[in-house]
Amino acid sequence: MRSTESNVTQSITQVIAASSLGTLIEWYDFYIFGSLAVIIGQQLFPSDAGASALINTLAIFAAGFIVRPFGALVFGRLGDLIGRKYTFLLTLVLMGGSTFLIGLIPSYSSIGYAAPILVLILRLVQGLALGGEYGGAATYVAEHAPVGKRGFFTSWIQTTATLGLFLSLGVIVLAKNILGAKNFADWGWRIPFLVSILLVVVSIYIRMKMHESPVFSKLKAEGKVSANPLKESFQKKANFKMVLVALFGATMGQGVVWYTGQFYAQSFLENTCKLDFNESRYILLWAIVFATPFFVIFGSWSDKVGRKWIMLTGMALGVICYRPIYQYFLDATNVKEMQKTMLLSESEPVIERALVPNKADSLITTTVTKTLTNGMTFKESKVEVTTEDVLAEVPGVQTVIKDVTLSTQSYIMVIALVFFQILLVTMVYGPIAAFLVELFPTQIRYTSMSLPYHIGNGVFGGLVPFIATLIASFQGSTPLSGLWYPIGIAALSFVIGAVYIDNRRGDNVMD
Amino acid sequence: MSGLKKILGLLWIVLGPAIIIFLFMQAADKIAAASEGIARTNTILQWSIIILIFIPICTGLVIFGYYAWKGEYDHLPESSEELS
Repeated sequence: MRSTESNVTQSITQVIAASSLGTLIEWYDFYIFGSLAVIIGQQLFPSDAGASALINTLAIFAAGFIVRPFGALVFGRLGDLIGRKYTFLLTLVLMGGSTFLIGLIPSYSSIGYAAPILVLILRLVQGLALGGEYGGAATYVAEHAPVGKRGFFTSWIQTTATLGLFLSLGVIVLAKNILGAKNFADWGWRIPFLVSILLVVVSIYIRMKMHESPVFSKLKAEGKVSANPLKESFQKKANFKMVLVALFGATMGQGVVWYTGQFYAQSFLENTCKLDFNESRYILLWAIVFATPFFVIFGSWSDKVGRKWIMLTGMALGVICYRPIYQYFLDATNVKEMQKTMLLSESEPVIERALVPNKADSLITTTVTKTLTNGMTFKESKVEVTTEDVLAEVPGVQTVIKDVTLSTQSYIMVIALVFFQILLVTMVYGPIAAFLVELFPTQIRYTSMSLPYHIGNGVFGGLVPFIATLIASFQGSTPLSGLWYPIGIAALSFVIGAVYIDNRRGDNVMD
Repeated sequence: MSGLKKILGLLWIVLGPAIIIFLFMQAADKIAAASEGIARTNTILQWSIIILIFIPICTGLVIFGYYAWKGEYDHLPESSEELS
């Protein structure tokens, strides 16, 4: 008896390891683009595009998210027709291939607007592939998991998205530190994309050795495989109403909490608070390391107390805490005010002169590195334009703050606050795979659970950096205005989830 | 609880079109405020994407509200037999 139990545990461990590795690599592929948005923007768009280059790059990044639901439909249907194993082998190949090709695309200076168009096409393929991947992996693991432990076992799949982000940040920081900032910005940013092909080959090899899900195999042997999963999922009211409640009462709120905590936080620290490139990434890396075990803790706990209230508590805490947290980020990095009373030293100015494209004007940048009494450092650049045209209107001197590094106390506090946001992510995300799997029958599970998951995460969540940055750029808005998008969506999802969803632990996924 | 589900259903039915109208108004406002040239083209593109994405989602919210109003969520199915 004990031997059989041990074999089952060993078998599920292998299933989780093989599924998770491939899914982790897909997340890695998907996230390196977002982590390099600023540098990619400079490569894909004209050098004078300014802030619109970042917003357009975030739009291309978001395009990958937007097509995820279509990937869920296409590959979900395939998964319900031909099986889980071969479908997510295909998604892995598509994801790896398109990521590798992004690393080879020439810059705007070589091929003009063909560069962003080609990247957009490859980004869409990435989104389609990811749309097919996650639902398959979660379904595959859940259909192997023993009754009463589905939350625990599927939570391992849930760690892969965060670990994929961790891996992407780690590879980027490593490559940048080895190559130096200039080489990395010129060509080194391509390395994280090119490395992907090696990871994908390893993962394909491992996945080739996996067996089909026992539940799906049984269904196939009995001739009960759905003839038209799309029709059954969305044309039957009984199924479609569950798709809607899963989307509006769970995945929509979960998606914005995920992307606020793990993407917007880093984007805000880097672009709004002007934190140093490495520092903002190290903060996220530390927070991820401390928070990741909680995916498994909350997944496992949901087997005992149910999925609903763990997920909804995560959303409610996000609604309450986001503004105070981001206000602290602003206060902790407000070096303009701090230097009035805390300036300790100032380096010799470094002066750079550059001709602007009209060849008549010069751009003079004077940069000093300042240190404050609390240990913080930052660079302050004064940018002025000189012109040979005596009649021309010359813009005034602009002061730009960049590369802020925090004091030890603030650094620890910011890590703690990003950790707290990722803790909320683990609450909403740890139990959600089990929740979705248990909501739909085997015949149409891959299709039905994939769509609300990818609309919630891909559309509502994936658009967080883009929409929040857009809102914050409106006239009259404050740096915190962008947060109204995730707060509003999470609040709406909390109300719908609290009223319409049952607190189930669903024992049966075999039907 | 069933009464609350139904009443909120009406709210979701109203909220769907309200969001779309709000998005159109915001889009018109921001596009008008954008300067000429690339800035305006970018603004039109960004708002077109946002509106295009949220129209089907808001339609889904209206359908969800309609189902809630009709009492479809008074009891959630607990087995596949109830779903098929």
